[in-house]
Amino acid sequence: MSTVVVIGAGPAGIAAADCLIAHGVSPIVIDEAPRPGGQVYRTGSPELGLDMAKLQGTEFAKFQRVHEAAERMRASADYRPQTLAWGMHDGELFSHGPSGTASVRYDALILATGATDRTFPIPGWTSPGVFTLGAAQVLLKDQGHLIGQKVIFCGSSPLLYLAALQYHLAGADVIAVLDTTAFREKIKAFPKLTTIPGTLWRGLTYMQKLRGAGIRLEHGVELMAFDTHSDANVRAVTFRDLRGVNQTLECDAVAVGFGLRPETQLAALLECEFRYDPTFRQWFPATDADGRARDGLYLAGDGAAIGGADAAELSGRLAALATLSDLKADVPGIEMAGLRRQITRHRRFQAGLAKAFSWPVSAAAALEDPTVVCRCENVTAGDLRRAVDTPFGPREINRIKALTRCGMGRCQGRYCELAAAEIAASRLLAPLEAIGKLRGQAPVKPLPVSAAFDMEQRS
Amino acid sequence: MGCWTAFFLRRRGHSVTVIEKGHIGAQASGVNYGNLRIQGRYPGQLPLALRAQDQWDRFDELIGEDCEITPTGHLYLAHNDKQLAKLGKYAHEAHTNGLKVDLLDPPDIAKKWPWLGSDILGASFSTRDGCANPRLSTPAVARAAANLGADILEQTRVLSIDKNRSGFTLTTDRGMTISCKHLVNAAGAWANDIAAMFGEAAPMFAAGPPQFVTEPLPFFIVPSVQSVDGLVIFRQVARGNVVVAGYPRGPSDAVLNRAPVPPAKTLSTMHRLGEVVPALANAHVIRVWSGIEGYVHDMLPVISRSETTDHLIHAFGFCGHGFQLSPGVGLVLSELIVDGATATPLEDFSISRFSAPDWEGSADHQSEFDTPLTTQTA
Repeated sequence: MSTVVVIGAGPAGIAAADCLIAHGVSPIVIDEAPRPGGQVYRTGSPELGLDMAKLQGTEFAKFQRVHEAAERMRASADYRPQTLAWGMHDGELFSHGPSGTASVRYDALILATGATDRTFPIPGWTSPGVFTLGAAQVLLKDQGHLIGQKVIFCGSSPLLYLAALQYHLAGADVIAVLDTTAFREKIKAFPKLTTIPGTLWRGLTYMQKLRGAGIRLEHGVELMAFDTHSDANVRAVTFRDLRGVNQTLECDAVAVGFGLRPETQLAALLECEFRYDPTFRQWFPATDADGRARDGLYLAGDGAAIGGADAAELSGRLAALATLSDLKADVPGIEMAGLRRQITRHRRFQAGLAKAFSWPVSAAAALEDPTVVCRCENVTAGDLRRAVDTPFGPREINRIKALTRCGMGRCQGRYCELAAAEIAASRLLAPLEAIGKLRGQAPVKPLPVSAAFDMEQRS
Repeated sequence: MGCWTAFFLRRRGHSVTVIEKGHIGAQASGVNYGNLRIQGRYPGQLPLALRAQDQWDRFDELIGEDCEITPTGHLYLAHNDKQLAKLGKYAHEAHTNGLKVDLLDPPDIAKKWPWLGSDILGASFSTRDGCANPRLSTPAVARAAANLGADILEQTRVLSIDKNRSGFTLTTDRGMTISCKHLVNAAGAWANDIAAMFGEAAPMFAAGPPQFVTEPLPFFIVPSVQSVDGLVIFRQVARGNVVVAGYPRGPSDAVLNRAPVPPAKTLSTMHRLGEVVPALANAHVIRVWSGIEGYVHDMLPVISRSETTDHLIHAFGFCGHGFQLSPGVGLVLSELIVDGATATPLEDFSISRFSAPDWEGSADHQSEFDTPLTTQTA
């Protein structure tokens, strides 16, 4: 009997587990969160009694379907919530959770680790009251709470409009939505975006509903600063509009984001090869069309490639079928081919979104020296530039980390690596790819010393 | 070793080129624990270590940059009688060589360092010892050497070395040819590749200790602390992070340039840390690493003239304890080259010792390594 482990219980992990169960394989499912659903289909604590239909809106039917599959997972899989998979070595996985520190030997592993917000430093971004777009949504979905009463949504991401609309419907005063990508880029990306017409339609309706509610939408802005009160809480956003005019809008909270970045630390520990993607300006683990990194290792969902929630479910299912096929089970080739085609369409759509909502590359060179880039270690843009300017100084991101401490903090580089690499690349006049990516190390998230006193013997 | 040697040679007005296949200070020099430890060394190394420490004391003035040198002192802990005996032996060797070491009983230990766990039978404290930030120091030394006129070539690999009457001629993978009178082999875990070109070798293997660091915490650990059995060694930097290293050392791959740390080893080192400093139970480990260090079976380095070739000097295989010695080694090598001799005794580190009929690796150190010492080959 082969041991199959799925890491992540978001839409990709749930779909993978569900498919394995349907084929008679009961996987171990390891997830950090207390309840399944990942980010998009997050459920709040039951005690809060949140109206999920209202919060999920048009996605409610999918939400229900995913949670039905999660119930099947609870019933038939070895489901381990609030458990962190923190290390990998030689076919063994190390975890830490409510029943202690454990190691699991596995025959096949499906990584469905999802993604986080991708952040870019704006002066004042570390001030109280400034959140990422994802965080603004999580607070709403998980706790039924808002980040503020007068909120400005800014950055560039399809989530910008969805989150702003969710806040509007939840009763917040949405002051403005400030998109740093020009509208003409969205027009240019339109052909790619028609590959998933439903999502494109929904996106357009979000913008329309916001406009209909009288909420100010601006495109092609340059975010100058998040201004603060003397008590340090954010109080306004200063930006340069498309005409080049500086404007300041007051608020009591800011939600800012620039798309997503995949959680790939486990893939790195497992020595997956990584490939640089110039559209997303990020590194993704290399897999075949089924999500196979190698025999016995499969990746699905946003942790493999930014594809969105629907692609996550599809790729979770596909990865499970690939796993089963490699374990010599009979799997329907036609179904796998169909899944591959659908996933390709979704990922093409996401590539279009990456152009319609772009990462502010040119802002890296323009970022003022005193701006904090690594907020854990308080490393500024100026510190990074001085380091790469120094003789025998660093030329790639791991050395930059070693010499500036950027990426050495608790977030382990998640929220500073990408911007730091852009700043270094622009200073060195080098292609971003040459700056490389941070090496993977265990533990992939901070692990308490007490974990070593809490060893559980279980396989 | 290479950068310090270049620095001291330039101070003597001697021309020098440093050839590094990767980046300055990226290997063992840059990833070690940062110990400037003198107590507990092989007694024959103490004169060299004391000389080196004098240079570390003057680092800011010599090199002109800060590498976070801190006079932490070094505290050895003994948890059983065998370890107490070892502490006594180290203390005696220290005194013989002019290093002051204080022996402490449990009541004194509890008073000075109340956060230490309770199973400690005795300790020895050396005030002269300290710590530095290894990531910063070697590039700084390289810059100082370059400012004095040394030629420093990074990402340049030596392909072949020819020796004739007028000296050495080196070809590199950058296409250039370099000629010189003296050659220093400071190639670390890769030094046998160079030594082999001259028909020499040391029985050396690549390994590294498991290390990790915690999140920043309120500062309370002043000394650098080491269980004398080596199972845990730790210090807290000014910023608050606790840096930890442990045993046993695991094999690292000098060819693929990898030094992985098995999670089980991180857990056992965490366990030991939690026993020695119970207050750290809730501290979070945020990063793990190891390095590629050259270990010689008798746990002593090679610092000597070549046996086969005039004007060739070897300085490698520092068995994980070279960082503190490095300015001393640089100074001594510069004296060998410029003056033809040095007053600091180096006989114990001769490359000729391996061919002596009674030479053997040291079984004492087996507990420090994962794999049996006797199966390691050059």
